[in-house]
Amino acid sequence: MSLTAVLEIYVFLLAGCVGFLTITKVQPLLHTPLMSATNAIAGISLVGSLVLAGADHGTLSTVLGTIAVTAATINVVGGFMLTDRMLKMFKREDAPKKPAA
Amino acid sequence: MKEYLIQAAYLAASLLFILGLRGLTSPGTARRGMRLAAVGMVLAVVGTLLHHDIVRYEWIIVGLVVGSAIGAAMAILLPMTAVPQRTAISLSFGALAATLVGIAEYIRLGAEMAPATMAALGFEVLLGSITITGSLVAFAKLQELMKSAPVTWPFQNPINIGLFLLTVGMFVSLVINPGNATVFYGMIGLGLLIGVFLVLPIGGADMPVVIALLNSYCGLASSATGFVLGNNVLIIAGALDGASGFILSILMSKAMNRSFRNVLFGAFGGETAALASGPAGRLTVRSTNAEDLAVLLGYANHVIIIPGYGMAVAQAQHEVRELMTLIEARGGTVSFAVHPVAGRMPGHMNVLLAEANVPYDKLVDMDDINPEFPRTDVVMVIGANDVVNPAARSDPASPIYGMPILDADKAKNVVVLKRSMGTGFAGIENALFYDPKTQMYFGDAKKSLAALVSELRHLQ
Repeated sequence: MSLTAVLEIYVFLLAGCVGFLTITKVQPLLHTPLMSATNAIAGISLVGSLVLAGADHGTLSTVLGTIAVTAATINVVGGFMLTDRMLKMFKREDAPKKPAA
Repeated sequence: MKEYLIQAAYLAASLLFILGLRGLTSPGTARRGMRLAAVGMVLAVVGTLLHHDIVRYEWIIVGLVVGSAIGAAMAILLPMTAVPQRTAISLSFGALAATLVGIAEYIRLGAEMAPATMAALGFEVLLGSITITGSLVAFAKLQELMKSAPVTWPFQNPINIGLFLLTVGMFVSLVINPGNATVFYGMIGLGLLIGVFLVLPIGGADMPVVIALLNSYCGLASSATGFVLGNNVLIIAGALDGASGFILSILMSKAMNRSFRNVLFGAFGGETAALASGPAGRLTVRSTNAEDLAVLLGYANHVIIIPGYGMAVAQAQHEVRELMTLIEARGGTVSFAVHPVAGRMPGHMNVLLAEANVPYDKLVDMDDINPEFPRTDVVMVIGANDVVNPAARSDPASPIYGMPILDADKAKNVVVLKRSMGTGFAGIENALFYDPKTQMYFGDAKKSLAALVSELRHLQ
């Protein structure tokens, strides 16, 4: 196994630990926004798709890359926008409310 | 020099993602956190566009524009009740992107791949393909394109184990001999099949576990992509997503009293086959109407509302909030008891009630609210069943025995809003409904609540 692979496993495990420690502190209240947020962040596979769509590896690669860019972008844009839309709705008791119907 | 710039952008993006998730630990900091994460994403994308392999931009622009348009339209137009299915379909998209990148990488390198790279690529396409179809089936069930009841067939477990072993065999053979394209595509095909088989036996009430699990697979597929491409930001973001899905699936399985092993191998669903026991037929239920209920609620000091999937189906969250406002205007207090697996995904009820302008400090988690029930005058159960079934505490023969529940039966009065006397998802009778202090208020939750609100408004 190459040194690079070992270093990558380091990075993976450390990131996993940071993720675990951070996410265990997220209240159940925000679990749905958490899922859409991590979904948006996992849209980072866009990074790999972009290279594929823009590189010169043949038509098939370009087609696959373009589909991948589209799918990942839906998640990134949709995920961040939806998360924000949901988080905007969470208000405290003293926050201004809509007039009671 | 350009390469350093790209790496700097990736490092910044990784840090911003972590800070962003950290923001989610409190509703007050969450929006700012997510903006940081979004900035991180922009940095990562801009950094990538400098990559030396990218020679043309037209298809990138097409993908970005089309994807943004679809993503934005979904995010803006989506009704909050449809968030679970949107989550399922987006997991499918994410996995699709990872799998396609993996296939393209295999086409490019194929036989020349080092065993370690091939192993990472194997994980990438396998987790990816399982998640693609698994999420699509979950989506179809949540969107009610197909029945949400568990689908079972003969020899289900032996078939699944056989498929699993076959896949492992193909994986190993690919690592030894990466050049065999038939095995590679065959493995993807099997992954797609496993995804279908994994989720078909899952019933609606188990969806929170399965969605969290697919979320974890999707994250790990992204991480594996990072290993294949030697890209740290992918590894990190994928690991964060994977960890999040993993934690949520543990929390959800705990809240349903299922072992984690049970969840990990997806072998759940079938076991909760109806095992009707309890007092059905021997006792009668007491049903009530809007007028009597309005009097009960109008003079109650402490009211706890327990929302369930039935509230989401009836889209009754706004009527629930009106009811809360009226009770509070009459001097009572109202809080909401949210079971971790209420609804179809983690946190589902909280989002719906927040949408209806219920302040989030009134949404209380199970462990915090359970001691409050004995002091509560009226508990209102809206479209929930198994999460308030006392058999989980008292009846070792019950399939849900041991599952943590909301102690609704300890309150002075219980009102259950329900469409009919049907059993819950697990097909188990609920003794709470036959309790002498329980009143059943039958009908569609939205209409029932609207009638109740109007009665309460006219109460002197």
